[in-house]
Amino acid sequence: MAEIARQEGAAIEVRGLIKSYGDVRAVRGIDLLVERGQIFALLGPNGAGKTTTVEILEGYRSRDGGTVRVLGYDPARQRRQLKSRIGIVLQSSGMDRYLTVAETVAMYAGYYPRPRPVDEVIELVGLQTKRGARVLRLSGGQQRRLDVAIALVGNPDLLFLDEPTTGFDPSARHEAWEVIKNLAGLGKTVLLTTHYMDEAQYLADQVAVISGGRIVAEGPPATIGNRERARARIRYRLADGAMPPADLSASPGPDGLTELIPDDLTTALHRLTGWALDQHVELTALEVARPTLEDVYLELTGSPAGAAGSMQPAVPELAGQKGRHRS
Amino acid sequence: MNGAALTLSQVRYTNKAFWRNPASAFFIFAFPLMFLVIFTALLGHGTVRISPTQVVNTSTYYVAAMASFGVISACYTNIAISVTTQRDEGVLKRTNGTPLPSSIYLGARMLHSLVVAVLLVAITAAFGRAVYSASIPSGLTLLRFLVMLLVGAAAFCALGFAITAVIPNADAAPAIVNASILPLLFLSGVFIPLGSNAPAWIVWIARIFPVWHFARGMQAGFLGTAFSWTDVLVVAAWGLGGLLLAVRFFSWEPRA
Repeated sequence: MAEIARQEGAAIEVRGLIKSYGDVRAVRGIDLLVERGQIFALLGPNGAGKTTTVEILEGYRSRDGGTVRVLGYDPARQRRQLKSRIGIVLQSSGMDRYLTVAETVAMYAGYYPRPRPVDEVIELVGLQTKRGARVLRLSGGQQRRLDVAIALVGNPDLLFLDEPTTGFDPSARHEAWEVIKNLAGLGKTVLLTTHYMDEAQYLADQVAVISGGRIVAEGPPATIGNRERARARIRYRLADGAMPPADLSASPGPDGLTELIPDDLTTALHRLTGWALDQHVELTALEVARPTLEDVYLELTGSPAGAAGSMQPAVPELAGQKGRHRS
Repeated sequence: MNGAALTLSQVRYTNKAFWRNPASAFFIFAFPLMFLVIFTALLGHGTVRISPTQVVNTSTYYVAAMASFGVISACYTNIAISVTTQRDEGVLKRTNGTPLPSSIYLGARMLHSLVVAVLLVAITAAFGRAVYSASIPSGLTLLRFLVMLLVGAAAFCALGFAITAVIPNADAAPAIVNASILPLLFLSGVFIPLGSNAPAWIVWIARIFPVWHFARGMQAGFLGTAFSWTDVLVVAAWGLGGLLLAVRFFSWEPRA
């Protein structure tokens, strides 16, 4: 894959992108590099400039400044050539409600020079059982899958997914995630926008956090914002009256949990658990956690909820779960 | 697929969606036929003086008038409402993100409206012939009639595309479309014959807008009245104006 990327150039290259709507400077100088075959997530709060950026790349909007290359094309000048090689899932866009799933996919297939077989695409998004159902009979999640099917049927090299799971219930979100994961298996490049941390963490190879029209951090989800180097927290609950070593103790927070951020995690954890074993004390709710992607995000985007967010229970990564937020 | 095949395929999908949508199938297609039956049944026994020298049965008059109404319904009303709905639902934006040329998408909608219009005119004519022995155009009259029909249908489609530019959203579409066309249908003698003693101001309004000219051209086919190329030209000019406005102001995205 890396070899191909070098031969053909990056899927998306953006430098110094600028866009204003009247007095509102929606995009203030964005640089992006998306390699072929990557799932790239553009993460940011509402109004950060995600959709504006993506719609410029798709050719829907003109830009005020900067250079943009999508699959080697300039979307502002070569939109026609670009259109047959990209697939677009817009944040919200309808389809004819009186056509069936199969008719809809077949209709869009007819627009492209080299479409994928209709039935193959329907199966890929898991709508086989709804083949003959009219669009107005589909659930929200099923309509979103049809969105993805329409975006895929032209056999594009690059897919744009603008907030593909906003408004979904948890099971519909997980279904959509599986579909998107499968796209990477087809060798597609995916540019995804989202304001869900767990979505970016689960799906993306590379994340860029956008805030106020600028990229404020970029990297793989595991290390973005120096997450991996941030110091871990130990949290535990003690039975009444138990007194751990003074340097491993602190007054419990409102939730009854003692929290500390030791300089040397391994030593601190060893001493704490050793003490508990010696004293026959149980450390209930013991957890060790690093800042979540959400903590990093809230800090980077300067959200007023940032302070509260970092107080929230951290993700138990040691238990093997990824990025799920306890709530 | 080449352009023609793609257009035809698009017409077929537009057609499927049209007939499966109860609102469009009823309001666009059944309405003119229902009016035809009601008007001819209620008022069909009198006569109308359509020129100083010519008097026709009201029933025959309404066959021609409802054929005109059918074309306006299938083209102007249908396009204006369905395209606004598709714009609001994001169908147009999605289509605009695919390689389908916009001329094919819009051309297919126009072609489909034309097919529905011709179907409505044919049913109206057959009804008039069977129930009221209305005369059916033939020979040179038929040829002129077809010219008026096609020019009129295309012009009302163009005007339908143009008016979407001033319709803010799908909810407002039926109201704005009806407000723009219903008064004209009354003022142009489609629902009520203007007769020979209509107020001058009504006649003047009728002459400015395309509905009266179109209805006159259609009458010439059914009633044997004089066919005037001026009527065709006026309707064509309105159509051209509509097309220019549509090209300039048509939006593929919902209006915020």
